Amino acid sequence: MRHIISLLMENESGALSRVAGLFSARAYNIESLTVAPTEDATLSRMTIVTRGSDDVIEQITKQLNKLIDVVKVIDLSEGGHIERELMLVKVRAEGELREEMKRMSDIFRGRIIDVTDKTYTIELTGAGYKLDAFLEALDKDAILETVRTGASGIGRGDRILKV
Amino acid sequence: MELTGAEIVVRCLAEEGVEFVFGYPGGAVLNIYDEIYKQSKFKHVLVRHEQAAVHAADGYARASGRVGVALVTSGPGATNAVTGIATAYMDSIPMVVISGQVPTPAIGMDAFQEVDMVGITRPCVKHNFLVKDAKDIAVTLKKAFYIASTGRPGPVVVDIPKDVTQLKAEFDYPKSVKLRSYNPTTKGHTGQIKRAVQMLLEAKRPMIYTGGGAVQSNAAAELTQLVRLLGFPCTSTLMGLGGYPATDPQFLGMLGMHGTYEANMAMQHSDVLVAVGARFDDRVIGNPEHFEQGGRKIIHIDIDPASIAKRVKVDVPIVGNVRDVLKEMIKLIQASKERPEPSALKTWWTQIELWRAQNPLRYDHDSELIKPQYVIEKMYEITKGDAIVCSDVGQHQMWAAQFYKFDKPRRWINSGGLGTMGFGMPAAMGAQLANPGGTVACVTGEGSIQMNIQELSTCKQFNLPLKIILLNNRYLGMVRQWQEFFYGERYSQSYMEALPDFIKLAEAYGHVGMTIEKPGDVEGALKEAFGPSLKERLVFMNFITDQTENVFPMIPAGKGLNEMILV
Repeated sequence: MRHIISLLMENESGALSRVAGLFSARAYNIESLTVAPTEDATLSRMTIVTRGSDDVIEQITKQLNKLIDVVKVIDLSEGGHIERELMLVKVRAEGELREEMKRMSDIFRGRIIDVTDKTYTIELTGAGYKLDAFLEALDKDAILETVRTGASGIGRGDRILKV
Repeated sequence: MELTGAEIVVRCLAEEGVEFVFGYPGGAVLNIYDEIYKQSKFKHVLVRHEQAAVHAADGYARASGRVGVALVTSGPGATNAVTGIATAYMDSIPMVVISGQVPTPAIGMDAFQEVDMVGITRPCVKHNFLVKDAKDIAVTLKKAFYIASTGRPGPVVVDIPKDVTQLKAEFDYPKSVKLRSYNPTTKGHTGQIKRAVQMLLEAKRPMIYTGGGAVQSNAAAELTQLVRLLGFPCTSTLMGLGGYPATDPQFLGMLGMHGTYEANMAMQHSDVLVAVGARFDDRVIGNPEHFEQGGRKIIHIDIDPASIAKRVKVDVPIVGNVRDVLKEMIKLIQASKERPEPSALKTWWTQIELWRAQNPLRYDHDSELIKPQYVIEKMYEITKGDAIVCSDVGQHQMWAAQFYKFDKPRRWINSGGLGTMGFGMPAAMGAQLANPGGTVACVTGEGSIQMNIQELSTCKQFNLPLKIILLNNRYLGMVRQWQEFFYGERYSQSYMEALPDFIKLAEAYGHVGMTIEKPGDVEGALKEAFGPSLKERLVFMNFITDQTENVFPMIPAGKGLNEMILV
């Protein structure tokens, strides 16, 4: 099953590689991993999307907790949560494609953030499946380049991850 | 008070009450070595290879229960230390390893003797640090000792660039340190402990299975009390030997791949199993699917939550310090009026005695060749079971574990998890330093001993009167055994040709050498070596043993506990 795990860790050099190293050393799967400092500059917040059986997910959270730099871990998928991912897509925008791309971007509530006479760069935010759907909806040949951040997640309502 | 980084390092070690630093100098640690020269608070033990420094610190830690300390230079010094660090990590040994690093501005420049020590050791340490500023040295070392010795112990590496040891900073050694991200649970959950006790009192076919955690948390007394209070059978992993007295009738011997028949059968057929600081690893339970068919209820006590439910499903997990949890269990049992049903327990013991009667640890006593088991048995008699036995890795390790009866903890020192050949002699050096005047034996093979043979020189320099029991079968015995059983007797690269003359070798290093070729000479040689006339000398005993002897019983890899090959 797909799980989205959120954690707070000391914002120190090498902390990220401890987490990444743990996943590769124990052959856990990483679908995506995002990390950035929080409002408290001594802490970083990381979101990891992974897949595994319940036993494997239990081991992943335990092993993450065991890392000395990790302060707190929660499995967001255990309760209500919101996840968002940012994608930038550069598309061909010439001739009749130009109007088509603008329309598709509007339908998916994207924003065109860079324009040349041949291309648009579209910014799109949403859950991963929404971004997938957008790419599906586009003519494959029109896509020049994509970049995605991987998911960031947060608990709904009163579920708060804080030190 | 302003001190240089190197002065701070040395002062911190003194503040921690470190007795011995095992190390080897080199460019990046010259400032630290200069300060060591000027101080007298701790003794530096110069090894002949950095791997041995770490194993010696490890042996010291296992024998004494204190944090072992090693000091190595950057680059090759650091990489040589890695095997030792991984060995300590697998067996959860408290240790601080200080490595030199190239000066800060040179990091990343592919400088002479540069290696990314923090990166290389990341997967085999409990934690590691790169110190970038002299003012951080004291607090980092305090954290290192704290992390290494608390919770589930383990090695911590502190990598210090050369310029950081040169620069000055204010020295103030913190009395204690707190980390918001590290708060190991030590007290077991009371509700869970109550559930566990209830389950034990209702058990019909109980079994207590103890591991290295019982030794590490100094819980031997509590463990013994609990086992006797309940009248249950008790077995131990390779790492846990000595946690429960081996000569006690309630002890079923070691379990696992080369464990006794009774221990493995009782594990498989028990209805309630308590794991005490043990982790159900592959050499212990064999195939986990097969093991789970037993359908027993499992209580698992361990300081590390990640060890629980890793390989087998557990009914009552108890995260906490083994000793504290056992104390609480004993209290509850003593307060309870209930006791395990005597008739059920009697039936269970009757079954166990039937298994025990199979005695697969037997060997041929009438052989004209020296049987390795015989050497260990005689050594056990002559040392009255009171030696500290350090071992290398292979057949001799298993025979020592099977035939030396450890009644006390911290007397059996071996590389259980990583299985590091070359561990024995350096570990014995550390154990000897931790027990000056004590009898320390190193049981080894001609393969293992040659992996760190250079340490005979260190033993000479520091007057370490080890008794080296070389069970020399001219084969990499355990490799040969597997090749015989599973590879059609194709002995690929397992024969040791061109062995040195071990007597001359021992003598060249300034020690006493002996070669023993007949069973009739074994006892006399051991008596001489362990006797008063050679008390102050290292004695290297080369026992020429039966080449074809195998370790039995044996559970082939991937098989179940009740699928043993007996003899």
